[in-house]
Amino acid sequence: MRTAPYLSAFRQSLSEAWANGAGAFLPLGFFAGTSILVPFTLGSESDVLSGIGLGVLWLALALASFVTLERVFQADLEDGALDLWVQEEASISLIALVKAIAHWLISGLPLVIFTPLLALMLGVPEDQVLTAMRAYAIGGLSFFLWGGVAAALAASVARAGLLIALIALPFYFPTLIFGALALQDGLGNTPDLLLVASCLFALGVAPPAMGAALRLAAD
Amino acid sequence: MWSILANPHRFLRFSKLAIPVLALLGAGLFAYSLWQGLFIVPTDEVQGGHIFRALFIHVPSAWLCMGLYVGLAVASFIWFIWRHELADVGARAIAPVGAAYTALCLATGSIWGKPTWGTWWLWDDPRMMSVLVLFFLFIGYMALRAALETRQKAARAGAILAMVGLVNIPIIRVSVDIWASIHQGPSVIRAEGPAMAWIYLQPLLIGFLGQGLLVGAIVMMLMRAEIFGQQADALIARRLAGREPL
Repeated sequence: MRTAPYLSAFRQSLSEAWANGAGAFLPLGFFAGTSILVPFTLGSESDVLSGIGLGVLWLALALASFVTLERVFQADLEDGALDLWVQEEASISLIALVKAIAHWLISGLPLVIFTPLLALMLGVPEDQVLTAMRAYAIGGLSFFLWGGVAAALAASVARAGLLIALIALPFYFPTLIFGALALQDGLGNTPDLLLVASCLFALGVAPPAMGAALRLAAD
Repeated sequence: MWSILANPHRFLRFSKLAIPVLALLGAGLFAYSLWQGLFIVPTDEVQGGHIFRALFIHVPSAWLCMGLYVGLAVASFIWFIWRHELADVGARAIAPVGAAYTALCLATGSIWGKPTWGTWWLWDDPRMMSVLVLFFLFIGYMALRAALETRQKAARAGAILAMVGLVNIPIIRVSVDIWASIHQGPSVIRAEGPAMAWIYLQPLLIGFLGQGLLVGAIVMMLMRAEIFGQQADALIARRLAGREPL
């Protein structure tokens, strides 16, 4: 198997994000901004914040994926990269998977890395931080995979941001529910295992669906 | 049987006969169940007195909206594999009916829930959440189709979305089940047989059958309208191309 198309798709996604000016600091600013808004809207009492802090970060992760999904495949459609991949007979499903993972690295992983800091600001108990980081990493990958399906389906639609969010919303439910419960029950409990299982399911089902949708967009 | 109906002309002939039969039969059975439900069956104090009569709309609408989503996904699958154009026409016709039935199910459930549970909406009830998700699946499907320019693209994208939605339904179901429930347990379809008294069950099942037949008639009417629309488009295109006199 030739790996060149997949590597180039991966590199291209990363470099596009870096070339965007602020680079990886942009999603970070988004997460910090969302967390900073919370005390003003929901009250600054420390017991309120420590109770809802991790849930707020789940929300920020889901919103961050909505914000960035619109551009995941549109650029490839516009600059002709998608047509080249189709001509090269590269597996479009695999390319889509690579791109979803790249976008998870760009827009999802910063939250995982900065969870300790944001959790400190929101007064979340320290023993929950590591569990939360792992849950955000796994849940974030699910978000970008299902969101990627929606983004691929709407790739040829102009200004598809809201449409993508609407299509992806039902597929975010299990991850959000398992994720929120996993943080309450801790590692190794049923919701935590189901969070991992649903992410593995997404890894199996989402790439072929993204591939079929992108071949349709390239026609 | 379905491949016989895959021919649009045969479908048009079949549906012309079937629609009035299904609509009349469905309306009659539905009216019978409403009459039974509203005037004949005794009130059930446990379920909130007279408000429980919403059952005869609420429960059939819940069953039908789930059935309609499965129908949408099956039609999408048939179109995706065999490219029977009629299957896509069917999927397109099912979506708005399904969305209307999920909305009806949510609305009647809320109206019933307010006096019995004391709240319009419960975030931790698995069945309400499942129907809400189903509502978003229908709405998303319709929005996606409306956003794509050509009928062919809309059909392909819609079919992919409907099938991805179907394989996700068990997981969504498990997730909302885990989300703790204070809803009453299922009382009709159980291993031990129905727990509901026959006097309630009989009008409920007849009403379900009647509404099902009505839905069949409505979907076929929408399909006919779509086929006529496509034929009109083709006719206009031929005339504009000068192959037929204007």
